Amino acid sequence: MNVLFDEPGPRARRRIRVATVVSVLAGALLVALAVRQFAINGELDWKKWAPYTQWPNWRYLLTALGQTLLAAGLSAGLGGLAGLLLAVARVSRNVVVSGFARAYMETVRVIPAVLLIYVVLFVLPSLGLDLPLLWKLVVPLAVSSSAQFGEIFRAGILSLDRGQGEAAAALGLNNGQAMRLVILPQALRRVVPSLVSQTGGVLKDTSLGFFVSYAELLFSGKVLIGYYQNQLLIQTYLVIGAIYFTANYALSRFARWLERRGNSNRPPLGHYPGHR
Amino acid sequence: MDVLLDNLGTFAEGVATTVELTTLSFLGALAISLVIVTFRVSPVRPLRLFGTAYVEVFQNVPLLLWILFFVFGLPKLGIRFELFTTAVLAVAMYSAAYYAEALRTGINTVAAGQAEAARALGLGFGQSLRWVVLPQALRSVVQPLGNLTVMLLMNTALAAGAGLVELSTAANRVNLVEAEPILIFSGAAVVYALLALLITTATRLLERRLVIHR
Repeated sequence: MNVLFDEPGPRARRRIRVATVVSVLAGALLVALAVRQFAINGELDWKKWAPYTQWPNWRYLLTALGQTLLAAGLSAGLGGLAGLLLAVARVSRNVVVSGFARAYMETVRVIPAVLLIYVVLFVLPSLGLDLPLLWKLVVPLAVSSSAQFGEIFRAGILSLDRGQGEAAAALGLNNGQAMRLVILPQALRRVVPSLVSQTGGVLKDTSLGFFVSYAELLFSGKVLIGYYQNQLLIQTYLVIGAIYFTANYALSRFARWLERRGNSNRPPLGHYPGHR
Repeated sequence: MDVLLDNLGTFAEGVATTVELTTLSFLGALAISLVIVTFRVSPVRPLRLFGTAYVEVFQNVPLLLWILFFVFGLPKLGIRFELFTTAVLAVAMYSAAYYAEALRTGINTVAAGQAEAARALGLGFGQSLRWVVLPQALRSVVQPLGNLTVMLLMNTALAAGAGLVELSTAANRVNLVEAEPILIFSGAAVVYALLALLITTATRLLERRLVIHR
């Protein structure tokens, strides 16, 4: 229950019960209509699902999942590293450095990843740089996610109490030392949940491998659909969707768990670590 | 520059498609998200479950997969729309999950006393949501909704995967003929940046007018 309604009285309870029954019926009707639509178009036929009881097809898709995870891991790792540097640069007192970081982040934020992929596919080769297939996907994704990771790190740094930096200065640390020894360790811990959920975003973006013919899940699905002459299109997209959902949902639950754990572990106000 | 001027027609068409796609998807996403967020905060359990499931399912599966499924899958189930309509539908339904989450955060920022006051005036659930809570929730999430709309603009480029000739595809096509990738893709990037600037400016103006000082 939330702030929107009180503990319901007898009349409200009756209304809620009626609404519950009506919505369950409406939901059942929708599901029935969907199943009927599948059935009359022959999409429930056993021969259209049988290939997904065979190991070779699953092995193919699981290999593709591995490729997806590899690309996502590399993109998030590189993007995260670049983002960290960008965030530190952006809070720097050097106007040129912070200005550059800001301009980079603002620019990358407004360029679609697809366009970055076209740049890697067409601009770089014309400059004599032809990347291997995996990197044709990883480089644009790392670039496009670096700005988002940068924003997350920056938010973490800005969320710290000013006193932290002042205390570090009072101890005689210079800016670099204060950042490395005092600010970043605390800021990083705070943003871990956001980093994990951003990684989920990168995982979804690996589906752009579709444009570069890198054998991640979505492109492999296209190959599989072609192999079965478009007969298994619906089934393949549903199976692949389920795989994406499982991987990404696990990641987002993990992020939420980290967030809860982080909140409950934060010492109460006025508690000084070391003075237990 | 000649390359860009010679192909102005193709570019203009691409820009027009991207603008239309963004505008219609935005309106669709806003409408769907209002329904979903109402479901999520309603006292009726099945509706809450449906709202949660909607958000989780759409957020955890890539948009490109939704677009491909809608464009190539739905016709196999006997459901046919025009390509453009299908793309709008996919982008709107996907973005709605994100808009709904932002709105829910907004609802949580509305002070409990506001809802209590609404109830004290005798307003029911629907009335207090419509007249008291949602207007305030919307006003406090103008900025996040603006950011999500910039993301929506970027996401419309994925419609290229289903063969819709929007700005990024238009640029790609021009490049295949002219082979001037640096100029052409920079041109496209500038247009995207300008469109994003338009959205952020509108967001800022709206925010200045609507923000609630607490």
